[in-house]
Amino acid sequence: MAIQIKKHEMPTQAPEVRAHNFNEVALGYSLEIAVEEAKRCLNCPKKPCVEGCPVNIDIPGFISKIKEGDFEGAYNVITGSSSLPAVCGRVCPQETQCESKCTMGIKFEPVGIGRLERFVADYHNENVKDAPQKPAANGHKVAIVGSGPSGLTCAGDLAKKGYKVTVFEALHTAGGVLVYGIPEFRLPKSIVAKEVDTLKQLGVDIECNVVIGKTLTIDELFDMGYEAVFIGSGAGLPNFMNIPGESFKGVYSANEYLTRSNLMKAYNDSDTPVMKGGRVAVVGGGNVAMDAARTAVRLGADKVYIVYRRSIDELPARAEEVEHAMAEGIEFHLLCNPTEILGYKNENDPRDPKNGFVTGMRCVKMQLGEPDASGRRRPIEIKGSDFTLDVDTVVMAIGTSPNPLIKNTTKGLEVNRRGGIVVNEDGLTSREQVYAGGDAVTGAATVISAMGAGKLAAQSIDKALNA
Amino acid sequence: MYKIVQKKSLNPTVTQMMIEAPLVAKKAKPGQFIILRVDADGERIPLTVAGVDTWAGTVKIIFQIVGATTKKLDAKSEGEYISDFVGPLGVPTKTDGIKKVCIVGGGVGCAIALPVAQAFHCLGADVTSIIGFRNKDLLILEDDFNVCSDKLIVMTDDGSYARHGNVTVPLKEMLDAGEKFDMIITIGPLIMMKFVTLTAKPYGVPVTVSMNPIMIDGTGMCGGCRLTLNRDGERITKFACVDGPDFNGYEVDFDEAMSRGRMYGDFERHAYEKTCNLFKKA
Repeated sequence: MAIQIKKHEMPTQAPEVRAHNFNEVALGYSLEIAVEEAKRCLNCPKKPCVEGCPVNIDIPGFISKIKEGDFEGAYNVITGSSSLPAVCGRVCPQETQCESKCTMGIKFEPVGIGRLERFVADYHNENVKDAPQKPAANGHKVAIVGSGPSGLTCAGDLAKKGYKVTVFEALHTAGGVLVYGIPEFRLPKSIVAKEVDTLKQLGVDIECNVVIGKTLTIDELFDMGYEAVFIGSGAGLPNFMNIPGESFKGVYSANEYLTRSNLMKAYNDSDTPVMKGGRVAVVGGGNVAMDAARTAVRLGADKVYIVYRRSIDELPARAEEVEHAMAEGIEFHLLCNPTEILGYKNENDPRDPKNGFVTGMRCVKMQLGEPDASGRRRPIEIKGSDFTLDVDTVVMAIGTSPNPLIKNTTKGLEVNRRGGIVVNEDGLTSREQVYAGGDAVTGAATVISAMGAGKLAAQSIDKALNA
Repeated sequence: MYKIVQKKSLNPTVTQMMIEAPLVAKKAKPGQFIILRVDADGERIPLTVAGVDTWAGTVKIIFQIVGATTKKLDAKSEGEYISDFVGPLGVPTKTDGIKKVCIVGGGVGCAIALPVAQAFHCLGADVTSIIGFRNKDLLILEDDFNVCSDKLIVMTDDGSYARHGNVTVPLKEMLDAGEKFDMIITIGPLIMMKFVTLTAKPYGVPVTVSMNPIMIDGTGMCGGCRLTLNRDGERITKFACVDGPDFNGYEVDFDEAMSRGRMYGDFERHAYEKTCNLFKKA
């Protein structure tokens, strides 16, 4: 049989259909396609893909099980290394990780590792109802701050080793960025809830509505008998551009816009409002910007723009997300930077209800100069190229700065110049038995790198407590 | 779930509740706030802590029935539960080095001003309280203020009770008469806090205002609660949830804050009417 040189296509909802609903865009492989795709794996001896995975899943191992039709066996291989397979299969940037190393990819298209991982996790969630075996307790207690990807991973890995783990979450629902940030159409909330339930079955306690740094401090957690603490509190305060007009009504941070829609279900006619319809500009070029723009489309916007100061080659978002966004009719203003947000002002009537709402955004065109410190070519303004984009809503998706709550209430916890928590190669902070990982350390990054940090911390905690 | 252990109507539009939340009760200080959700899929609303009973593990909240969520909250009875209650959030009101303070509260803002007045009273400071209401029917907490204030002035906008006029009238009189306050702390509607600040300005008395913008998470994540301070000729963005809710009144851009506060006016009116109809049918 000839080698199938291309990955099997992922079945998706058609762009014109999905632009009007919040259901998942990618529909997942069928059993038959999954087995066929698995057969593309050469099972090469060097296994370069495993190195490309931040949590080192035995990728050829689980793919071999799919070939044999042993899907539950494949699931067990994955969960040996990852606590959130259904999440990773959906949101990991496989094209720059495992799949970028795939031997098949040298001549042909790499194996669809992410799609296969998702298939295995979904197959398990649909067909296996047995609760996972609760491991024997080892008598140690660990507290985890934050229930996002790093916290849940750390919790899962420790629980599997018999630790009594409590996860403290500030919001009313567990999942962190997986529930407030990543939209339903990319990661259904039921999938996150299912992964959280699996952790609970392993014996993990999740305490919502507890803000560490406010309700309880890190020091109090030790007083309560926890022997180690992992801080996975996420990124925090949204950045703005510091241009005039950012306080006009209709200017959101991506965090706020997405939280209103995702966590507070504003898309679903809940009690939480969000501005729907009209013309929306999203500033930024990362995955969060794509999520915000695609959310705007689904909330019923007439027109959605991405405004990004570099060119298409520098867009930090995953290629797949950019393609999806373009297919859904989002218009890209590349090499373009906002300089001012314009608002309505009725000079004759200070009580005019339209006062203070966004009416447009002034932008200037850019060109690329020499590479800067980040290695990317620095955008430079083209004088006199200003123009006005006619919009009523502006979403700023230009990153976040670390949250100050834990730093301010934890003596001896060292942070770097940007406010990120400083950790060593084991994930240990400057405080004894306090570990940290994810965006709280690195600033805004990916779900899988946060999971890698949670996993590393779990190993370090286990070494420290079980020595 | 968090139990409503006590409920009391302070006037037709203002309700007081004691909510069982031991961790919050243990930590909360005057000036801090909590965020609650009445039920699943409900909105998250911030309310400033109106008092705590550390021993009983309960937190006092006082709220005005103004929107869909407060309407739903008011419909809950003693012994019932609300789904979420998180805090204490924000920075407590600073009390250090203040020996003589003037507390200016307006409307339901008086509920938040009270624990601040009580805190200063307990610290031995000289407390002057000015509390203002639209009319006699809306008056709350007069007796409580009496207990913790060295001097109490009650004002009504329409003169239906006590002195007729705005809270700024007696404040200006006292400042004119040479009263030397170390600090004026004002809590109430934005427009009132703006004018208290303007009244104090010529006398050079520091003014602290308690901001209550729209917010979602309350922990420094969404950025919805941002406000602008004018400091040394620069405009600085601050987040009320982690940097506040107390700010230097002279720096706050009140007009911008008022405009942002009206962002969802239409939506709120609609949601309120929907909720009212819901209760009518029931």
